[in-house]
Amino acid sequence: MPILQPIGRTFLVFLEATGRLTLFTVSSLSHCLRPPFYPRLVLRQMIEIGYYSLPVVGLTAIFTGMVLALQSYTGFARFSAESAIPNVVVVSITRELGPVLAGLMVAGRVGASMAAEIGTMRVTEQIDALDTLATNPFKYLIAPRLIAGLTMLPILVLIADIIGVFGGYLVSTQKLGFNPATYLKNTWDFIEVQDVVSGLVKAAVFGFLVTLMGCYHGYNSRGGAQGVGTATTNAVVSASILILSFNYFITELFFAR
Amino acid sequence: MSGQAEGTTLANRQAPARSGTPKIAIRGLSKAFGPKVVLDGVDLDIAPGESVLVIGGSGSGKSVLLKCILGLLHPDAGSIKVDGEEVVGLYGTELDRVRRKFGMLFQNAALFDSLTVWENVAFGLIQGQRMERRKAREIALEKLAAVGLGEEVGNLLPAELSGGMRKRVGLARAIATEPEIIFFDEPTTGLDPIMGDVIDRLIVQCVKGLGATALSITHDMASARRISDRIAMLYKGKIIWTGATSDVDHSDNPYVDQFIHGRAEGPIQMQVRDL
Repeated sequence: MPILQPIGRTFLVFLEATGRLTLFTVSSLSHCLRPPFYPRLVLRQMIEIGYYSLPVVGLTAIFTGMVLALQSYTGFARFSAESAIPNVVVVSITRELGPVLAGLMVAGRVGASMAAEIGTMRVTEQIDALDTLATNPFKYLIAPRLIAGLTMLPILVLIADIIGVFGGYLVSTQKLGFNPATYLKNTWDFIEVQDVVSGLVKAAVFGFLVTLMGCYHGYNSRGGAQGVGTATTNAVVSASILILSFNYFITELFFAR
Repeated sequence: MSGQAEGTTLANRQAPARSGTPKIAIRGLSKAFGPKVVLDGVDLDIAPGESVLVIGGSGSGKSVLLKCILGLLHPDAGSIKVDGEEVVGLYGTELDRVRRKFGMLFQNAALFDSLTVWENVAFGLIQGQRMERRKAREIALEKLAAVGLGEEVGNLLPAELSGGMRKRVGLARAIATEPEIIFFDEPTTGLDPIMGDVIDRLIVQCVKGLGATALSITHDMASARRISDRIAMLYKGKIIWTGATSDVDHSDNPYVDQFIHGRAEGPIQMQVRDL
């Protein structure tokens, strides 16, 4: 049946890609744990991912917090439930919006640049050169990026949480007429450790996914400038989809009763 | 195989005696990418201290041959022995141990563009041999001087260099760890003829200085005559001729003749459609 052929072919291609990605992930993780380690490179990646992403993540967080307060107000005012705004802002930011938006922004900024950099190294034979100089590219290029992604995204998200809540506070107190002390007290009373922890766990997973996708697509890129372009696009798209789907599963793991 | 001529020398090079264990012994090497067969049972021996050059058209599998020997590609069948040790199937630290015997000059030099020139040259020493940075820098600057580049070049980034300088830095990097075997992937491609000659002389000088075994691939015949003791021609995945470099002009092999004279007519047919 000719109609079955494309289905079978697509399925085989999918299985092949899944297998290749799984092997890549296992190999990357094992190289993260075995020496030699490259602390200088890990530090450089931490600065690249953590420090240089601060402005974009901070701006995203503050505007998200602000718009959240504003939208909640227009909705809740109908039921005279304005006092719930601090709670809505802090829970939404720490549980969902902080990690997801920071993850997506970092996927766009860092995942893309990693895929482009490693992809260019692949097509200009720099990765082959690493191999011939008896340096494992997984240890030298990929492990430092994964470690940096895994550790820096939670820190970024913690900062984004604070900035996001501050954004909500600004709009609520300056525009919506909330009492600053009451707003802060409500925020503090309502927040639970689990809210923040679940957000940070998500952040670590997203950091890993973003760097993994950047490295995987860059490492496997082929065919010159166009190949690097495709790798970059694929890195950002796949990281974004993985972030959104893993977000659901981690939420279910933490909060499903 | 036809015209198996053996061992005469280049004027300024002494060809080694071709006895004992070859430095590199390749038997029945095959590699295909999907339906496209690139190597189809390649046999080639390279004696210690010998400089062998593989010629062949674009896409004839020359680079694939080098990459198989270095373990960058896994052959589908066949054996590659380095100093009598089988390298096909090695991985991890075992493969790294064998790779430390090799140095390679890539076609476009493949310099790491995030590192300075001296860090590129010292890379194998710092990362591969765990040498102290200061000592590695001294050696790197020595090697740069050996290829005619001053200390000031050491602090530049690869993007700031011309094509000829990049090749020279690539050569310095290939010899920095004083490897036993050096591969040259089209060393003069993209260079003007004078710079090509400069690079060829440096290659001969460095290989001779180290007493290394060399395997090069090129389709620049002027360069081929300057840097090699022996030439092997790769066509349709097989070595169809090997012989001393001085014999290449009277090989009695129509494929070799066509190639070295660069003629469109002959047994090697290019697939070109009329406009």
